[in-house]
Amino acid sequence: MERTRSEPVAAAVTAGAHRAPYDVLAVVVAGGVLGAEARYAAGLIWTTHPGTFPWTTLLINTVGCLVIGVFLVAITEGRAAHRLVRPFFGTGVLGGFTTFSTYCVDIQRLVDGGHPATALGYLAATLLAALAAVAAGAWAARLLLVAAGLRRAGTR
Amino acid sequence: MNGYLLVGFGAAVGAPLRYLTDRAVQARHDTVFPWGTFTVNVTGSLVLGLLTGAVLAGAASPQLQLLIGTGLCGALTTYSTFSYETLRLAETGARLYALANVVASVCAGLGAAYLGAVLARALF
Repeated sequence: MERTRSEPVAAAVTAGAHRAPYDVLAVVVAGGVLGAEARYAAGLIWTTHPGTFPWTTLLINTVGCLVIGVFLVAITEGRAAHRLVRPFFGTGVLGGFTTFSTYCVDIQRLVDGGHPATALGYLAATLLAALAAVAAGAWAARLLLVAAGLRRAGTR
Repeated sequence: MNGYLLVGFGAAVGAPLRYLTDRAVQARHDTVFPWGTFTVNVTGSLVLGLLTGAVLAGAASPQLQLLIGTGLCGALTTYSTFSYETLRLAETGARLYALANVVASVCAGLGAAYLGAVLARALF
C-alpha cells in the first residue's frame, strides 16, 4: 500500500477491496443471465449429441473470445467507457456466455464414452481457436483505434 | 419449470459469484497469475462433473442440470476471461506465466471434472 495516501482514501480503498458496489453486482447479474440464456438457446438450436464433437460449445467459446478481445482493447486503450460497461458486458454477458466447466466435462465424457480421439481433438481445437480469436480480436481493435485516431498514448 | 427460467436463476448466482470470487482471490495474491479465474474454472468443473455424474445415475433431475449445470456452473466459469488474461500475460512479457496458465487451467479443470465424475459414481 502506498504511504502517501491519506487515511480516509486508504480506508476506502481497503474497504472497496472486500465490498463490491451493488450497482456493479446488479449489472454482472443482468449481463450473466443474458449471456447464459444465449448459450442455452444456442445449445437448443444446435444440439450436439453425446459421443460427438461438441461444435456448439466450441463456437460459443470462440465467438466469446473474439468479442472480448475487441471489447476490452477498445475500452482500455481507446476512449474511456462508463464504469458499468466492463462489468456488464465483459464480466457479465461474455463471462456468462462462455464456459470452461462444460468444456472440461465434455472432454471427460468423451473419454469415458470411448471417444479419446474426439476428446483430444476437441481439447486442442478449443484452445487454439479461443486463443487465436482473442488475439485476432485485440489486434483488429488496435488497428481500428489507430485508424480512427482514438488510441490512447502509452497503452499496450 | 421453463428451461430459460432455470438457466436464468442459476446464472444470476453463478455470474456474481465469479465476480466476487475473483475480487476476493486477487486481493489476497500479489501476483500476475490470474488465480481468481483459475479458482472459479476449476471449482465449476468439479461441481459440473459431480452433477453430470448424478444425472447419469438418475440421482439428479434434468431440471437440476439446467439450474446448477447450464446456469450456475456455466456462468461461474469462463473461457473468454481465461483467454484474455492469457493474451495479456503473453503481451506484457510474462510468456511463461501465459503458458503456465493454459497448462494449469486445462489440467486442473480436467482433473476436477474427473474427480467429480468419480465422486458421483461412488456416491450414487
